[in-house]
Formats: sequence, C-alpha cells, structure tokens
Amino acid sequence: MSEELTAQTVSLAGFGGDEIEAYLAVPDAGATARGSVVVIHHMPGYDSSSKEIVRKFAANGYAALMPNLYYREAPGANPDDAAATARANGGVPDERLVGDVAGASDYLRALEGSNGKVGVIGYCSGGRQSFLAACSMPLDAAVDCYGAFIMSTPPPGMPLKAHPIANLAPDLSCPLLGLFGADDQFPTPEEIAELSKVLDEHGKPHEFHTYEGAGHAFFAVDRIAYRPEAANDGWQRIWDFYGRYLAS
Amino acid sequence: MCTYNTEKVEITGSGKGASGWFSLTDATVYFDHPVHAMAEHTLNIDFLNPARGPSARVAVELTAESARALAAAIEAALAAVPAALVS
Repeated sequence: MSEELTAQTVSLAGFGGDEIEAYLAVPDAGATARGSVVVIHHMPGYDSSSKEIVRKFAANGYAALMPNLYYREAPGANPDDAAATARANGGVPDERLVGDVAGASDYLRALEGSNGKVGVIGYCSGGRQSFLAACSMPLDAAVDCYGAFIMSTPPPGMPLKAHPIANLAPDLSCPLLGLFGADDQFPTPEEIAELSKVLDEHGKPHEFHTYEGAGHAFFAVDRIAYRPEAANDGWQRIWDFYGRYLAS
Repeated sequence: MCTYNTEKVEITGSGKGASGWFSLTDATVYFDHPVHAMAEHTLNIDFLNPARGPSARVAVELTAESARALAAAIEAALAAVPAALVS
C-alpha cells in the first residue's frame, strides 16, 4: 500500500438537490478498481479530525467522501461554531441525512476507478445515521461507531430530535459492523444487545464488538476519550470488514 | 452520543469573538464532550447572537468544579454591589 492520495473539498448534490460542501480523498493507486466509503462525521462536526479519518480511508485504498452535514446552517463557519448551531437546532433531520448520504454515495459510484461498491461509516451521532442510511438505500457495508438512540429516545431535556429507528431493521440493505465502548452510556451495552437481537430476528448479518475500558468516542485521537487499544483493534475490524464487502 | 441537557437563556450584553466585539442575545449552557478541553465532559457555555450567524459565538468549556466556582464568583460579585446598581 503506497498510502499516496489526493484530498480536496468538493461540492455534491445532497438532500433536495442542495449543493453542499464535502471532503473527498482518493488513493493515487492507478487504475485498480476500488471500493468507496461515505464518512459521516461526529456531532462536533466537519472538523480536522474527521477529515483525517477520510484521508485514512484513502491511504488504505478506498475513495472516501464526507458531506458537511452542517453546511446549510453554517456555510463557511468554523466547524465548532457550525456544530454549536446544529446542536442548538436539534441536530440533522433524518430525511436530510439520508438525502445527503445518498448524494455522496452517487458521487462516489460515479468516480473513475469505482468498483460500484459503497460502504458507510459514522461516529457518535453518525453511528445512528450510518444505520439509518443503510436502512434507507442500497449500500454494501455499514459501520456504526458508538451510535446511540437506535433503540431508545433521548432523555427529556436533550435538544437532539433523534428518535428510535430499530423498526427500520427489516430494511437494512447490507452487513453491519458495530464498534462500541463498554463504559458508554449513549448507547449502553444493554441497548447494543437489544439491537443485535432485533437484527438476529430479521436475519440481518452483523458483528458487534464492545471494548472494555473504553467509552464514547474511543476512536477520537485528539480527545481524552481516546483508547488506543480499542481504536487499533477497531480499525483492524474495519479493514477486515470492508475488505470482505467493498474490495473488488 | 454527545448530547446532554441544554439550558437556554436570553441575555443582554456584549462578547468578544474572533471578529471583535458584538452584541449578545442568547446563551446556551450544557454539559457535554468538549471540543478543546482535556476532560471527558465539561460545562460548556456558548454566548451567542444567532441573528449574526454561527460565528457570532464566544465559547467556554469548564470542568464541573470550575463551573461551580465561576457561578459562585458571579453570585458573590453581584451580591457585593449596592442593590441600586444591579436592579
């Protein structure tokens, strides 16, 4: 793996045909057909650490594209300011998320060198949104990193307008990899077990890993929540999973 | 998930952000994962003027202990002022 890549900001047609900003990274690996990944950023937004994740996928042989889910509220704003605005507004509406991921998926499939396979991965609020996307459109592999409120409703007082979406499980279009922290409260290990049970009932292939000593956001290298042992194993699980379902 | 209870309050005053001083109309107060502070969770305050866009924001992220100390200091400072000045 050369790890050479090209990364840039692009515009794509998201929900309702809106032109939104997105960050694209593509491996410089020549003519080899490759799989693609839509990256759904965490609730703190379209930030540098999320762009680093996009580049990591490209360094490992995948074209990766991350739509700026807060672009409409805050075009050109700093990511933390945009996230504060989106947070105050209750997060991203589900319908809009689905449209934005679908636009990103179409963009990736149309890129030269695509093998036609597209996966999705999301962190934090993006974990729930990864599941939502995979239940709403044809995809080839989905990864949920500690997404809450698939099974439960946010507690009273939370501004987030998320609602449970486990009822969508029969529509899950692809295998699901779930990576969670045993110390996380959103989602709790009990919720993860419930989701696994629902997926089993519908015959949906999935594999969940819950790491002891890790909580929410254990992949976040610039935060105190970072747990290298869990994150390193998690990345290996992702490469194995995408290798099976997205690679040519 | 990175979201906990949010308190919203209308305020009157000014704040100094990245582009200089601006009028403040709103504040949000919430306990959540910080962007910058090295703590799992912090008490975050956003001083805002939404009419001027997302960048009209002064943000602080405080440990719970610091936030309580700040709240007490604010109350103490106000209590020390003659009532006629703060009515």
